[in-house]
Amino acid sequence: MAWLRKLVGAAVVLGGAAAAAGWVLSAPARLDAGTVAQLGPGDAAKGKRIFYAGGCTSCHAKPGAQGDARLQLVGGLELKTPFGTFVPPNISQDRKDGIGGWSEEDFANAMLKGVSPSGEHFYPAFPYASYARMKPADIADLYAFMKTLPAVAGKAPDHKLSFPFAIRRGIGLWKLLYLSPEPVIALPGGTPDKVLAGRYLVEGPGHCGECHTPRDFAGGVKKGQWLAGAVAAEGSGVVPNITPQGGTKDWSEADIANYLETGFTPDFDSVGGAMVDVQRNMAQLTADDRAAIAAYLKAVPPHPNGYPARKPAS
Amino acid sequence: MRKLVLAISMLAFAGSVAFADPIKDRQALMKERGKLAGQLSKVVKGEEDFDAAAVLTTLKALQANAEKWDAEKLFPAGSDKGDTTAAPKIWEDKAGFNAAEDKLLADVKAAVASPPADVDALKAQLNTIGGDCGTCHQTYRIKKS
Repeated sequence: MAWLRKLVGAAVVLGGAAAAAGWVLSAPARLDAGTVAQLGPGDAAKGKRIFYAGGCTSCHAKPGAQGDARLQLVGGLELKTPFGTFVPPNISQDRKDGIGGWSEEDFANAMLKGVSPSGEHFYPAFPYASYARMKPADIADLYAFMKTLPAVAGKAPDHKLSFPFAIRRGIGLWKLLYLSPEPVIALPGGTPDKVLAGRYLVEGPGHCGECHTPRDFAGGVKKGQWLAGAVAAEGSGVVPNITPQGGTKDWSEADIANYLETGFTPDFDSVGGAMVDVQRNMAQLTADDRAAIAAYLKAVPPHPNGYPARKPAS
Repeated sequence: MRKLVLAISMLAFAGSVAFADPIKDRQALMKERGKLAGQLSKVVKGEEDFDAAAVLTTLKALQANAEKWDAEKLFPAGSDKGDTTAAPKIWEDKAGFNAAEDKLLADVKAAVASPPADVDALKAQLNTIGGDCGTCHQTYRIKKS
């Protein structure tokens, strides 16, 4: 039976090595010193634009809050997904329940690396896979702006996730696959600045692809179907295809920009669903920003719908 | 002759009852609403000149449209099935659904009561009205295709 003992021994050694490798690979990685040095002192006035581009209030405001109350980032919304229920936390300036005690570097590690000040992975329901494409200077401006927002006490409930998603360390492996600061769509040299600016807003802070792109079994965005639309990961229905082959194919750039400003489609339907909050945020940007987003959406590769055709009415 | 007219009108009546389709009715009302908002939007975007009288006529038409709204008739139980994008939430939260419609009607009435004197005033009113569209569609409509 010596061979069996050897086999078991080998299996144990191999298994242990794999586990060790997994443990090392899944370790939370923080920003390098070079990136931290690029943060610099933020400008709160400029950060306001980034705040609205990033749509922070859509998830972190108290559910149902309107007007100025949307700046009280106390969290508590429930995002019901196939992985379980995610609850966006309090990111107000409260030192105990929010992020009032975070340094600028802590904040940048959360936004660009998905790592908490205590060195834990955040779940990618917090769209840092998009925010990772943001410029450090914009992160600094956003940090400065968020410092001007109120401190609101109150902890949001914990996420309620099923196995194996409840194991935070596993997110480290997810990050190896899906976390990259590189742009999704490579644009050729000579691409107009407007389109490049739009790419930055859409792929980075705007995190449009998080809902408008289908995901694979592990919850990673399928970059080969970028912005092709998807079955809603949260709630019901579908999120539209916004590539030049989707429902917006007959919209002009001006139509897209106007929709983002006013919420009216060219055929005078109105914005709906989760996009309502997004549109209200987009209305806070400059006309140039909205025009840039429109120009980029016209420049991305066309794809057929990333969701199944609607079943005939029963 | 009288009998024929009577017969035809009875048939027509029966037909209208048999074919009463709340989904089509509410969609027609919504389409008209969108078209009216669209006319105002063209003025705000500068595609059409601001004509105070024409704008007021459109606003009044919008009010007439909103007053035709009857949630009980347009959204009867069971009309969440079929070719509709109505969200189940309409039937779960009737009070909220009605409040969203009431707010639209109130805002349109306010616009008719103090008609806009220039494009900027119209823009502000249309922003409010458009916001009402969004607030309702945020919760009570589900995109399916």
